[in-house]
Amino acid sequence: MGEKHILTVRGRYTNIRDICDFIVDGAQTSGLDEGALFHVELACDEACTNIIEHAYEGEDLGDIEVSWRVAKDQFIITFRDHGRSFDPTNVPPPAMSDLSVEAEPETLKVGGLGIHFMRTLMDDIQYTFDRQGNTLTMIKQMGDA
Amino acid sequence: MSESELTLSIETHKRVSVLTAAGRIDSTNANQLDNALKQLLEDGNANIVVELSGIEYMSSAGLRAIVAALREAKKKRGDVRIATPSERVSEVFSLAGLSALFVTYDDLTAAVGSF
Repeated sequence: MGEKHILTVRGRYTNIRDICDFIVDGAQTSGLDEGALFHVELACDEACTNIIEHAYEGEDLGDIEVSWRVAKDQFIITFRDHGRSFDPTNVPPPAMSDLSVEAEPETLKVGGLGIHFMRTLMDDIQYTFDRQGNTLTMIKQMGDA
Repeated sequence: MSESELTLSIETHKRVSVLTAAGRIDSTNANQLDNALKQLLEDGNANIVVELSGIEYMSSAGLRAIVAALREAKKKRGDVRIATPSERVSEVFSLAGLSALFVTYDDLTAAVGSF
């Protein structure tokens, strides 16, 4: 198992870029290509936004610990927070029918898009909750942009 | 640890307004885009071109602002059309399943002329 790299920041929107940079630097060092780096950055951005908005329900209410490591052919990212239980893997995908060109303007919705991005851009997402809080693990297969 | 860099500029023509965005759009600054689009709509500009050639990165926060503007524009019998998105931004629209919702142009003049 590869070395684990950890960063802890306060749960603020303005810290999301630092988390994304930390992860993307790790992914680049680990050999992910440009397309995969963009996918990892976007998935991390959405994961952090969800932690602030749904687990902490606001800014500056707790820390986000993020780590990355490489195991076998997988780039593994783990997020930990101490907010309320929020399982992104249990959120239904956006109702794409509501986004059709025929839809009435009032019905255009984009809720759940961030989670949809995480699911689509990463190869696997796992979630656990315990007394310490939420743990979200996102896996990107190496050599598979 | 600061807001991501985003610059917005607005050019108003007779029948259409062009909002040009450059930099990054994410959770730290999507409200700027949201507010600029809302202001245009409140001022009676329902035909809007969002020019995105200078946007290197956009998360779902940016998409939400643009879809909200589309919703309001449609209510006013207008439209929000996208001009010159980068490959990455086009991918974000596509990932969200929103490509069919927005008319997109590779050329700003064509986007403006479409209204």
